[in-house]
Order: sequence, then structure tokens, then C-alpha cells
Amino acid sequence: MEREELKSAVESLLFVADGPQTLHRLAEVFDQADRQTLQSILNELQTEYESQNRGIRMVEVAGGYQLRTAKANADWVKKFLGGRPARMSKATLETLAIVAYRQPITKAEIEAIRGVDVDGVMTTLLERNLIRAVARKDVPGRPFLYGTTPEFLQLFNLKDLSHLPTLKEMEEISLPEIPGDVLPIDQLEET
Amino acid sequence: VSTKVQLEIFEGPLDLLLHLIKKNEVRVTDIPIAAITEQYLATLELMQSLSLDMAGEFLVMAATLIHIKSRELLPEGDEEPEPDEDEGVDPRAELVRRLLEYQRYKEAAAELEQREVLTRDVFVRATAPVEEAGPREFREISVFELLGALKRVIDRLPKDIVHEVMLEKITVREKMTLLLDRLRSESRIVFESLFSEVQSRMEIIVTFLAMLELVKVRAIRVFQDQPGGDILIEAAAGMDQAAEGIVLEEAEEKQDGA
Repeated sequence: MEREELKSAVESLLFVADGPQTLHRLAEVFDQADRQTLQSILNELQTEYESQNRGIRMVEVAGGYQLRTAKANADWVKKFLGGRPARMSKATLETLAIVAYRQPITKAEIEAIRGVDVDGVMTTLLERNLIRAVARKDVPGRPFLYGTTPEFLQLFNLKDLSHLPTLKEMEEISLPEIPGDVLPIDQLEET
Repeated sequence: VSTKVQLEIFEGPLDLLLHLIKKNEVRVTDIPIAAITEQYLATLELMQSLSLDMAGEFLVMAATLIHIKSRELLPEGDEEPEPDEDEGVDPRAELVRRLLEYQRYKEAAAELEQREVLTRDVFVRATAPVEEAGPREFREISVFELLGALKRVIDRLPKDIVHEVMLEKITVREKMTLLLDRLRSESRIVFESLFSEVQSRMEIIVTFLAMLELVKVRAIRVFQDQPGGDILIEAAAGMDQAAEGIVLEEAEEKQDGA
């Protein structure tokens, strides 16, 4: 098979594919085509879509390759599809972030961080298949330990968990140092 | 100074505290405990007066704040804060630790939200052949729910209909055609509205069967937006094909009859 033919076929497969396709799977379909060739084809396609500013982009997500629409066209696509976007509440998103960074983690541990009950949010996340029970913790009651799913990676366009945005160090977030001789605000107000 | 509290929806006590800390432009590690406690309690009061559902955790935090405040009112120097007073941990240090940790994940969540989110910023082709997934979504409303809905329709019929004998010839096929016609002008039909003009039990059942038949040939999809919500019907990929099929069958039948 000519390289150009293979490239064309790879593009067709990604077009019809349901979900991200791994390099492994593609190699399998093309009768154990050379991985390196496939990889270079994928990279080429990715660059072509990008550089020609096409309406379709190829992204590396959840361990595979997938064709997605260009972000710039989001409004038109939404209008066309007419669906209601599933908006995620702040509580859901925060809980999901905790699971993502701290997995495997129990519900009680999540609640300790958020300071509130997370029953409802956990149900939503489980229903949307963004998290799943991965094991049981070896403590009294043997509670479930939760982790994220490939759907989570797809939702946030992540290649894998190691590509999660780096969690800021606690100190980095806090405001700049206030000089020591300044009165705290509560004392200022009382004078 | 008037206590103007802008009410926002707080995810919990830590969220509220972080909001107040930010508003006061102070560092988490240097919380002006008296001022923050006051504002915290004021917000709680407001939430109560609006009878917002307030989680018990908000009150626990209020107690913690007051506890910290009272400790800090103790004269300094005389009594060095004893490390293991009652809990063994300095409640202020513990609160700061929790706030910083919570803030970390809050920031992480905000960062996640800024990514290219699927079905918000970017889309995949799989959204198109959703129609093919009709039968799968159909399974989402169980047959029991569908039957329950049918029963409700039947129960709504006036009980005193006696002249059901009047042989109206309504065939399943006619009902199928009617339903498909309707779907050409309306994108979605609520299940119950299929039966709004139906007079007899037999017609209800015929209509119901017509709907099931159309689902079988994948001309329509029957689904529910949410559990317990309206059962909705919409056109699916096989609609035109099914419509043609009905016309053909009808023609054949007429020929046979002739």
C-alpha cells in the first residue's frame, strides 16, 4: 500500500470512527502496518488540518486519535445541532477535579476536602460516566475508591491523566506577602 | 458601615469563606478572623431569611470561626497557645490548611473548564448518527414506563362509553401514516398528545401499536428527557423509508382486494 493511500484510508477510518482510535488499533486494521509510518501519517494529518485552518481538527485524546470540529466554529455547530449543552455545575466540576487529581479516592475523602456532602454530585458524575468505582479501600466499611473514566479524558480533551493541568502548589495561589507591620483588617476596622 | 452582602450561591462553607477572604483582599494565611466571622454570620443570616436550604456544614463552620475568634481574644504572652489544648491541633492552622487545599481544587476545576470541552467547544461526528442509536435510547424508557403511560391514557377515557361497537375501521397502518405525517410538521410529539382526540379503547391500542411498529422499523425514536419526564417521539433516520414502505404495502393490499 502506497503511503498516500494509507494516509487517505487512515483519514477515512477516523472520520467514521466512534471514539478515539489508538495507534495499536489502526495498525491492526491495516494489517500490521508499520507503526512509525502510521504515526508520521497521523502527525501529518494533524498538522494539515491545523495549518490549513480547517473546520475539522485531529486531536490526540484519551489515548487515541479523533476528528473533532474546530473550536472557532462552536457556535455554528451548536446552532445546527440545536441541542442543549449539558452544563456542569460548579459543585460537579469541583468534585470531578478532586477525583481526577486525587484518584483513587473515597467519597468521605472528597467530602473532607469540599466541606460538604457530595452524594448528589457523585451520582451525576457516575451517571454521566465521568467517574467510576475502581476498587475498595482497605479500611473499616471498605468504601469504594473512585477514579476517572476515558470519557472524562474525552470531555476535557486530555491525552491521558498525566496531561492534567499541573496542580498549583498551595503557596502559589495565595496572595503576595503583606508586609509584617501592617495591621490586620479587623483591627483597622475597629479603630 | 452597612453590611452589604451580595448573595451568590455558595457550594459550601469553604466556598463562602474563600469568597469573603477574596473580597477582603487578604491572604488565606492571614485571615482577619473577627471581620471574616462577622461577614460569614451575616451571610448565613441572609441565607436563612431567604429560607435557602442551608447545609448543616455552614453552622459547623460558624462554630469553628467563633472558636478561633475566642481563642485569639485571649491575652497574648501570658498564656502561650498550648499545642494540645482540646483537639490537639490549632483550629486556625487547620482551617487555613483546609482552605488552601480546597482552593487548589477550585482552581484546578476552573482550569479544566477552560479546556476545549466536548459538546461545548468542540464536537465529534458521533453526535450525528445519534439517530441510529434510537433503539438504544428507546431502551432507556423501560417498557413498563411506556405501558404505564398507556394505562394513564386509557384511564382518562370517559367510563360511560357504551357504543364501542361502532366499527370504525382504523388500521395500525393508517395510524402509522398519520403519526409520520405529524412528525413532518412537528419535530417532537409528546406521547400523550397522540391520544388527545382518540375516542375508544381500541383506537388507543391501535395508536400505541402503530407507535411501536414505527420504533421497530426505526422510523421514530421514543425517549424521555429525564426520568419521570414527558415521553417524547421524534423522527429517526428510517422515517422516509418507512413511509414509502407503508404506501407500497397499502397499494399491494388494494390490488389484492380488487
